[in-house]
Amino acid sequence: MKPATYTALSDWLYARLGLSLGHDKAYLVESRVAPVLRRHGIASMDVLGAQLRRGLPEDVAREICGAMTANESAFFRDIRPYAHFARVALPALLRARAGTRRLRIWNAAAGGGQEAYSIAMLLHEARAALEGWAVEIVATDIGDEVLRRAREGVYTHFEIQRGLPARLMVRHFIRQEDRWQASPELRAAIRFGAFNLMHDPRPLGVFDAVFCRYALVQLEAASREAISGRIAQILAGDGFLYLGEGEVARPALFAPVPGEKGIFTHAPRVPGGVAPSLRP
Amino acid sequence: MVIDDSRVIRMVVRRILEAMGLAVVDAADGYTGLIACREAMPDLVVLDWNMPVMDGGGFLAELRASPGGEGVPVIVCSSHNDPARIAAALEAGANEYVMKPFDADILHGKLAQLGIFR
Repeated sequence: MKPATYTALSDWLYARLGLSLGHDKAYLVESRVAPVLRRHGIASMDVLGAQLRRGLPEDVAREICGAMTANESAFFRDIRPYAHFARVALPALLRARAGTRRLRIWNAAAGGGQEAYSIAMLLHEARAALEGWAVEIVATDIGDEVLRRAREGVYTHFEIQRGLPARLMVRHFIRQEDRWQASPELRAAIRFGAFNLMHDPRPLGVFDAVFCRYALVQLEAASREAISGRIAQILAGDGFLYLGEGEVARPALFAPVPGEKGIFTHAPRVPGGVAPSLRP
Repeated sequence: MVIDDSRVIRMVVRRILEAMGLAVVDAADGYTGLIACREAMPDLVVLDWNMPVMDGGGFLAELRASPGGEGVPVIVCSSHNDPARIAAALEAGANEYVMKPFDADILHGKLAQLGIFR
């Protein structure tokens, strides 16, 4: 890849995703983007660079974004956030929403789908308490290919074993030779869709919990701050934000939950949160 | 306690657990493992299912009936990936199940789920 192509691609990724690559990530970009080029018959990175200057077809653009933001993931990654959600957030939200009996959760960087399926399995465990409730899990990511895989919910022998308790694996997944697919019921519990975190999330509505784990860590500070600000706009006033361990939400808007890593609520007395009564 | 008739698997699991700071003893069949457990009950058992002398199911039943063995976390580690077999092992008293082949991350994850390692 010519240096000019790398520069053009870096600039484009920054504008589109807020992704800050630095000068030494040519190998990373090539290795991640190569499968997209093969799928679309684009001969080389430099040919892609030329297309970039003329304007990329949207499907190619989205696949490149998906490839560049894809993360290694696991079911119930880090465990603690999910334990907090099940033991603290969910009971609190069940009490607070007893009037509307409506619960909305946003998985804002769905990746391979493990996070969304983990949330769906937790809610299935709580199904007795959620009887008669309207529960919605919205899982978004930027790339079509990433979303297709997440929606399909098929995992390899190794992927299915990362973080997923065997009890839940045999209950919610169906073995197909050496792969495992999420059951139709589990897949039906999640609404997958395309969304770029750089855009205004308010059309998605208000959410009671947002899982946006390990998406911000790849971005430079200004983008992280901007995304924090956007999440604050759609998180209910008493909602919970789950970031990756070590990721920090904008301190003016969010307060960390004491004793937890990467879990936040709205900062007290700061405008930005949406009161539950204002829910659409 | 690692119980597996494969010397290679015992060595692999031992290395993973020792790298986590755990002290490891092992046995090549369920019966030998059971005797060792009754002498000094371990904090964790990683258990193969198909073994000579006493298989995983036999070991598990005896362990659960032994004083102090009721609550010891047991991770079955087997090449069987049939959901019914996995469910049966869990029903028989296993706390977790790992399908072979596996890697260190998978075993770490299972230990984290059981609260043994974080």
